Amino acid sequence: MNQWQNFLKGFIKENPVFVLLLGMCPTLGTTTSAINGLGMGLATAFVLTMSNVVISLVKGFIPDKVRIPSFIVIIATFVTLVDLLMAGYTPALHEQLGLYIPLIVVNCIVLGRAEAFASKHGVWLSFLDGLGMGLGFTFALFLLGSTREILGSGSILGYKFIHGDGMLVFVLAPGAFIALGYIIAIMNKIRKA
Amino acid sequence: MASKTKSTLLNMVLTLLIISVVSAGALAYVYSITKKPIEQAQLKKELDAIKEVVPDFSNNPFEEKQIIDAYNGSGKIEVYPAKKDGKTVGYAVKTFTEKGFGGHIEIMVGFLPDGTIEATKVLAHSETPGLGSKMTSEKFKSQFRGFNPAQKKLIVKKDGGDVDAITAATISSRAFCDALDRAYKTLKKEGLIK
Repeated sequence: MNQWQNFLKGFIKENPVFVLLLGMCPTLGTTTSAINGLGMGLATAFVLTMSNVVISLVKGFIPDKVRIPSFIVIIATFVTLVDLLMAGYTPALHEQLGLYIPLIVVNCIVLGRAEAFASKHGVWLSFLDGLGMGLGFTFALFLLGSTREILGSGSILGYKFIHGDGMLVFVLAPGAFIALGYIIAIMNKIRKA
Repeated sequence: MASKTKSTLLNMVLTLLIISVVSAGALAYVYSITKKPIEQAQLKKELDAIKEVVPDFSNNPFEEKQIIDAYNGSGKIEVYPAKKDGKTVGYAVKTFTEKGFGGHIEIMVGFLPDGTIEATKVLAHSETPGLGSKMTSEKFKSQFRGFNPAQKKLIVKKDGGDVDAITAATISSRAFCDALDRAYKTLKKEGLIK
């Protein structure tokens, strides 16, 4: 697999949300608007890229039996860093995403890439993999967030284009499942075409 | 690839120890540099809220902050007096309720010295997005501007009061009134407003 494919696979072919179906909790929980999805996606992408790089660097020193606890500590450290930095420099977004930031630790996509990719490949490839997967995740959350915001609130990125309310169900939890289901169906059609 | 470290007890303990120590060090460092911005962001948020709910003032409300027991002993509320040239122009009150659909709600509400509500600002809530979260909207908030609880009832219309509830979010609206009512009655009990 060449480097480009390695980077691009996260967007369509192995998109973490639409194809691998990993990290569903933040996907469904935070995407009430496009900007929330984007913020959550970028925070996860940062953690994913950094943890992939660090893990690929130290993988030779970590005994096999304690590799998962080691990975978790490394991932948790980066998540806490993101949490602190966001609270300090982007308080408004931090307030919106609140509870979901610490939950990046248990997002299976992060540990999944660490175990499946970074622990077997070099630094550069792991960096590309983390970045590609992270941006793919961001793309998916942004798409889902936009869809829900357009249908549910009649606005996009906070700019309202209809009077009154949209279809409220799309802002609530059931709407997340419905919107995600249709997007996955469309993505499957595109991938197989 | 270089040969892997063997999974002996010593190796495992050492590896985890080193990783934990390095992580702790990195976190401590970042915590120390973000501590100030986080505190400032908090303060700024409260100051912005105070500015929004009381008329123009010239003092520093944080210096004259009072923490008062709620009138019915259900907790503590914070009162920030707003003064212009030594004369009290209003009180910004950080009040709360536990009756929200998602539990705890914090609201900053401004009272004029005669007991009229100047404005309100929701500081923290976990109400349903798109329903209860509309209590932060201008449409709902504007009805409280100039609302005097001495003349009107601070209860939703459904329960016989004078407040228009948010459609499909009566519980959130009731909670909002509960928080305002707590602030009003406490200030009255303390003799701060008429």
